[in-house]
Amino acid sequence: MIETRELSKRYGNLTAVDAISFKVEPGQVLGFLGPNGAGKSTTMKMIAGFLAPTSGSASVAGFDVETRPLEARRALGYLPEGAPSYGEMAVREFLDFIASMRGLDGDAGERRIDDAVGRLQLEAVLEQPIDTLSKGFKRRVGLAGAILHDPKVLILDEPTDGLDPNQKQEVRSLINSMARDKTIVISTHLLEEVHAVCTRAIIIAGGRMLADATPSELEARSRYFQAVSLSTANVEQAKAALSRVADVAAIEIDPQDQRITAFPKPGRQIFVAVSDALKAQNVTVRELALEPGRLDEVFRSITQGAGGKGART
Amino acid sequence: MKPTLTIFKRELRSYFATPVAYVFIVIFLLLAGAFSFYLGGFYERGQADLQPFFTFHPWLYLFLVPAVSMRLWAEERKSGTIELLLTLPVTLWQAVLGKFFAAWAFIAIALVLTFPIWLTVNYLGSPDNGVIFASYVGSLLMAGAFLAVGSCLSAATRNQVIAFILTVAICFVLLLAGYPLVLGAIGAIAPQGVVDAVAGLSFLTHFEAIGKGVIDLRDLVYFVLTIVVWLYASTVVIDMKKAA
Repeated sequence: MIETRELSKRYGNLTAVDAISFKVEPGQVLGFLGPNGAGKSTTMKMIAGFLAPTSGSASVAGFDVETRPLEARRALGYLPEGAPSYGEMAVREFLDFIASMRGLDGDAGERRIDDAVGRLQLEAVLEQPIDTLSKGFKRRVGLAGAILHDPKVLILDEPTDGLDPNQKQEVRSLINSMARDKTIVISTHLLEEVHAVCTRAIIIAGGRMLADATPSELEARSRYFQAVSLSTANVEQAKAALSRVADVAAIEIDPQDQRITAFPKPGRQIFVAVSDALKAQNVTVRELALEPGRLDEVFRSITQGAGGKGART
Repeated sequence: MKPTLTIFKRELRSYFATPVAYVFIVIFLLLAGAFSFYLGGFYERGQADLQPFFTFHPWLYLFLVPAVSMRLWAEERKSGTIELLLTLPVTLWQAVLGKFFAAWAFIAIALVLTFPIWLTVNYLGSPDNGVIFASYVGSLLMAGAFLAVGSCLSAATRNQVIAFILTVAICFVLLLAGYPLVLGAIGAIAPQGVVDAVAGLSFLTHFEAIGKGVIDLRDLVYFVLTIVVWLYASTVVIDMKKAA
């Protein structure tokens, strides 16, 4: 479990994180979203006990990170931004070091290392110095270090940054497979990732928390949510047909591919009405689709105007 | 204590994972030898002791120890591993001590490798081995004091070159604190009491006192205290600088 109360970090006049409060329970995967410099990393650093909050508090697995730092850190697996590791060490040496720092020695340590190595597919590079590895492997080494002690709480700062699409997919399924009994917080600026792994998303910008909802709730805030889009050869006729549907609030035509999008009035569903209207007018459509909400659009509308003035990440 | 030991081992091994360790040891041994034989007149003096050897240690350390200490924390901060290290279940003191002792052990290894000169002087004559042993102890303590200063300054910057230069400068002042160069400068602006206090801080006077063959408790306490104070300063600086 992770809990923050009015967690804030100020650097002189600059407020990097402004009174952020939330609670994450086991089984939840919380996605931290926000533009660069929004305060995502600073918040994570404070929860991980690396930075001291200016005010407010954070606790990991019930331990306050400032008053009981060692217990909190024992319960926590943390992947810092950029997945730093000691470059001159071989992967195995590095994992041995982490295991030993975590008090995992002997057989127990070996088993945990084997498990992490297997999950992140590091077998082939175990004896290689980390400096010689590709960016994707380095990140996986960092991840292996973070999950090594099978922590109850995981904080991963951009876990899939620098990975190719296949590796991204693997890391996401790794996170999903661990999600059941752990409390996981990841930061990302890939919106597709929120869909793929998160059960909940918090959007922050300028150090302030602007939204806290499930990905589908966020999508429902999109103006595209429940909109209907279609492409047809007969654009004018289709537009005319759509404008006669009572619950359609607006119609937009993409200037590039002439795709028509009809937006419903709030709370209304228009798919059936639209398809009936098109049929009645004998408009043939190449394709007709019910739009899901667009997270990127929600993200933009929430974060813009809120000002991404925080200079640090 | 366990995390300190783990960090100690990792650090010490990392010295030998790169050419740094070998370059350092070779240069240290070459310079130590060259200074004793050519500048110190090891043979010409016709005395069976290692005074010409130990006399130059402070000056060797002045440049070589900062070269070891400059990376202690500056590198961790630059590569971001400081965030990894300090979010493991370890206290700041344990981390500072682990790194410090590793660097100290590394210099001790270099110092131990000067043993042929000890054998040589025993082969050539019959030196006072008690004095030689005491000098080795004094030399190691002084190296520790240099390192502790370096640890603190390395924590203050992520730039290793700056850490190196600052450490050399401060160690130079501390070395010569008992000598006119420093005392004259301080005497011009401060009362006699301050001058005496600064004179008491000189690395060189305490090192030379031990080098006479008597390990006086006061000299011992002086070096240990110096190390503790600078390491404490390291923890303060690291804590302060983490945020930046």
